Amino acid sequence: MSGGSTDTAPRLALRGMVKRYPGVLANDHVDLTLEAGEIHALLGENGAGKSTLVQIVYGVVKADGGSIRWNGAPVNVDGPSHARALGIGMVFQHFSLFETLTVVENVALGLETGAGDMAALAARIADVSKRYGLTLDPQARVFDLSVGERQRVEIVRCLLQDPSLIIMDEPTSVLTPQEADQLFETLRRLASEGRTILYISHKLDEIRRLCSRATILRAGQVVATCDPSVETAQSLAGLMIGVEVGPTRRGASVAGGGAELVRVEGLSMQAANPLGTPLHDVRLSVKKGEILGIAGVAGNGQNTLLSALSGEMLSPRADAVVFEGQPIGLEGARARRERGINFVPEDRLGHGAVADLSLSDNALLSGWGRWSLVRRGLVSFKKSREKAAHVVDKFSVAASGPDAVARSLSGGNLQKFIIGREILQAPRLLIAAHPTWGVDAGAAAAIHQALIALAEGGAGVIIVSQDLDELFTLSDRVAVICAGRLSESRPAHEVTAEDVGLMMGGLFDAAIAKGGSAPAETGDTLHGQ
Amino acid sequence: MASHAMLLATPPLAVLLTVLSGAVLFAALGFDPIAALTAYFITPLTTTYGLGELAVKATPLAMIGIGLALGFRGNVWNIGAEGQLTLGAICAGGIALAFYGDEGPWLLPLMMVGGAAGGLAWGAVPAFLRTRFNANEILTSLMLSYVATLLLSYLVTGPWKDPDGFNFPESRLFDDQALLPIILEGTRMHLGAPLALLAVVAGWVIVARTFIGFQIKVVGLTPIAAGYAGFSQARIIWFTLLLSGGLAGLAGAIEVAGPIGQLQPSISPGYGFTAIIVAFLGRLHPVGVLLAALLMALSYLGGEQAQIELGLPLAVTGVFQGMLLFFLLASDFLVHYRLRRLAPAAA
Repeated sequence: MSGGSTDTAPRLALRGMVKRYPGVLANDHVDLTLEAGEIHALLGENGAGKSTLVQIVYGVVKADGGSIRWNGAPVNVDGPSHARALGIGMVFQHFSLFETLTVVENVALGLETGAGDMAALAARIADVSKRYGLTLDPQARVFDLSVGERQRVEIVRCLLQDPSLIIMDEPTSVLTPQEADQLFETLRRLASEGRTILYISHKLDEIRRLCSRATILRAGQVVATCDPSVETAQSLAGLMIGVEVGPTRRGASVAGGGAELVRVEGLSMQAANPLGTPLHDVRLSVKKGEILGIAGVAGNGQNTLLSALSGEMLSPRADAVVFEGQPIGLEGARARRERGINFVPEDRLGHGAVADLSLSDNALLSGWGRWSLVRRGLVSFKKSREKAAHVVDKFSVAASGPDAVARSLSGGNLQKFIIGREILQAPRLLIAAHPTWGVDAGAAAAIHQALIALAEGGAGVIIVSQDLDELFTLSDRVAVICAGRLSESRPAHEVTAEDVGLMMGGLFDAAIAKGGSAPAETGDTLHGQ
Repeated sequence: MASHAMLLATPPLAVLLTVLSGAVLFAALGFDPIAALTAYFITPLTTTYGLGELAVKATPLAMIGIGLALGFRGNVWNIGAEGQLTLGAICAGGIALAFYGDEGPWLLPLMMVGGAAGGLAWGAVPAFLRTRFNANEILTSLMLSYVATLLLSYLVTGPWKDPDGFNFPESRLFDDQALLPIILEGTRMHLGAPLALLAVVAGWVIVARTFIGFQIKVVGLTPIAAGYAGFSQARIIWFTLLLSGGLAGLAGAIEVAGPIGQLQPSISPGYGFTAIIVAFLGRLHPVGVLLAALLMALSYLGGEQAQIELGLPLAVTGVFQGMLLFFLLASDFLVHYRLRRLAPAAA
C-alpha cells in the first residue's frame, strides 16, 4: 500500500472535525491535510485537542461532525482495527509490551490476523528492522531492552502492517539525544518511501529539524499551518500558546556559599522489584539554595534512587543519607516529610495522587503533617479543601475545584497540582521527578519559576529528568545516572548537552575525557514538555 | 469508570433479582410464589416479637459488618470473624462461669470487655502473621475460625460442661447478672442492639472524620500512594484486624449474654460469614452496613418462617443469602465491565 497513491488527492484530509466533551469543545472545526511522503507535525499545548484529533483519525473516538477523506474517498473509521486495515498505524507514547516475553512474541500478540509461524515472523521482523535501521534482536526479552529499543518494537509492530500513515505520539520523550537522532533517520527513510508521518510533539527544536509542515492547534482550533523549518522556536511557541514566551534561564551565578543540606554517601541497594535497576555506590551532595539535575534514560536506577531519597525504601545504613547533619537513611517517608523533605514522584496517578479521591483528599495525602490538617486524629476537611483550592488557584490547575476527582484531571494539570502541592508546603529539600512531564509550555515556565524561587529561598532541589533542556535551564550542577551508577556532578555551565547525552548512554569516561569546554547550548529552546 | 449512582443502585438491584429468582425457585418447588415470598419476607415483620427478633439477629451482623467493612476498605480481608466471634463468646462465657454465684453489676461489663479482648486476640494472630511473614490473612483468619469452633466444642464437652446437664454438651445457664437486659417488653431484643447502633455510629465517624479512616481508604485504593504519603500499611493491617476482631468478639459476648444465655457447641448460625455479605451489600459504608444487616437478619427469620409455614428446609436461608451475594457481585462486575460479542476469529 505504501507509495500506492500517486493521484492528486491528499493521503488524509480532515474537514471541519468537531468533537464536544461535557463543558469543552475539544475540536472546533479542525481541518488537517496530510500529503503522501511528508512528515507533518501536530503541535499544541496540553488540552489543545491534539489527542482528540488523533483518536478520531485512529478510530478510538467518534467525531460529532466533520468529514474524513482517505486517499480522496470519504471514510468512517469505525475503530482501531478498521484504521489499521485502511493503512493507518499508530505508535503510542506509552508502550504496551509484556516485559517477560520476547520481541517476536510481543509482536505476534499485537497482530490482527494471528501470528502464524513464529520463525517466519521473526524473519519478517529482522527484515523490517534491517531495512529501516531499527536494530532489534527478535529473540530478546523485552525487560532486557532499553526504552529506545522498546520503542523500536512498537514501530516494527506498526510497520509489519505496512501502513501508509504512521502516527507518532511524542516519540522522543523517552529517548536520549542519540536515540532520537536514529529515530529521525528512520522516520525520514519511511517518509521517502511515500509514507506519511503525523508527528505529535511539544519539542519545538525537533519539529523544526524533522518536519516539513506543521499544524498548530490552540484551544481546539487550528491557529496556523506553517513550515516549521523557517520558523523559530520562539515564533512557534508564540503561535502555540498565543503569547510570546521568553526562555526561563537560570543564571550561571551559583549560590556557592550555602551549607550542605543533603549528602548521599556510598549508597548501594537493590531495587524494589527484581526487574528494577539496583544502585551502585551512589554519592551526591546538595547545598542549600542549589538545584541538582540528574539526567538519565528511564530505567537506569532513577526509581530506586528516588525511593531511597524519599524514604519509601530504606537505605542499608543510616548514614547513607544525611540530611542537615542527621543520618536519615533508616527513616521512613513520614519521618522525612516531617523534616521538610518533599517529593514529586514520576507517576502522577497511583503514586503522587490517588486517582479516585478528590483534590482536597489528595492535598491531605501529602500535606497532612506540614499543613496541620489533622488534630487529635480527626481530619479538618475544611482546611484541606482550602489548601487544595489554594494549589489549584496558585498553579492555574484546570479543575472544577477542590472536589474534582484526581482521575478527571488531564495529566498535565494533575502534574501542576502535585508540584504545587509539594512546593506550597515550603520544603527544605524538594525531590522532583520529571517536574514538567506532560505540562504545556506556559505552565512549564511557571513550574520552573516556582522551583527557582524555592531554591533562591534557600531550599535544596533535586530534579530527575530526561529532558536535557529542562535540566540545563534549572540546574546549578548536573549529574548523570546510568545502570545504577551516578556520575560526579559538574557545574551546568561547564557541561554540554552532548556530554550528557554520551553519559546517558553509559560513556562517562568518554564525556569526561572530552571535557566540558563549550557552554551549554540551551539558549533559544523552549521547554515545551 | 462506573458512576457513583450505579454503584449505589446495585445492592437494591441485587435484592430485586434475588426476590425474583426466589419466586422462580418457590414455583419450581411447587409453592405459590407470592404466598411463599410473603411468608419469607413479610410475615416475620408483622409482629412486635418478629421485629424484636430482627433486631436480635441484626445486632451481631451490624457489629461484625462494621469492623469487616473498615478492613475491606483497606484491602485487609478478615474472613475469620466467625472465629473471632466464637472466641469472644468463649471469653465472655468463661468469665460468666468463673464468677458463677459470685456476681455483681460489674460482671456484664467485664464479660463484654473480655469478649472483645478475646476476639481482638484472635484477630491479632493473622495480623502478626501477615505483617511478620506476609502470610495471607484470608487463609489464616479462616483457618483460625475452625480452631476456635473446635476449642469451644472441647470446652462445652469437657471442662465447662454443666455438671447438672445430663451430659449434654452445654455449659450451665448463666446467672441473671450475666445476662443482657431485655429492652423491649415481649421480645428478646436486648441491650446489644443499642450497642450495635453505637458501633455503626463509631464506624461512621472513623470512615468520615478520622485520619486513620482516611489512611485505610488510601491504603485500600492505592498502596503505593500510601507509601508515598508515609502511611504504614502494617499499621493499617493491625488496626483493622484488631478492630474487626474486637467487634466480632464483642458480638460473640453479646450473643452468649443475650439470646443464648449459656455456652453451646454452636453459638452462631454463621453470623461471622454472613457479615461479609453484609459489608459488601452495604457498600462498605456504615449506614449501608446497618441496612444490609437488617436485610440479612430478615433472611434468617424468613428461612425459619418458611420452615414453619411451608415445611421448607432451613437451607433456604443459605440459598437466599448465596443468591444475594451472587447477584451483587454479578451486578458490580457488569457495572464495571461491558460484555462484548467478539466476531469469530478470522482464519
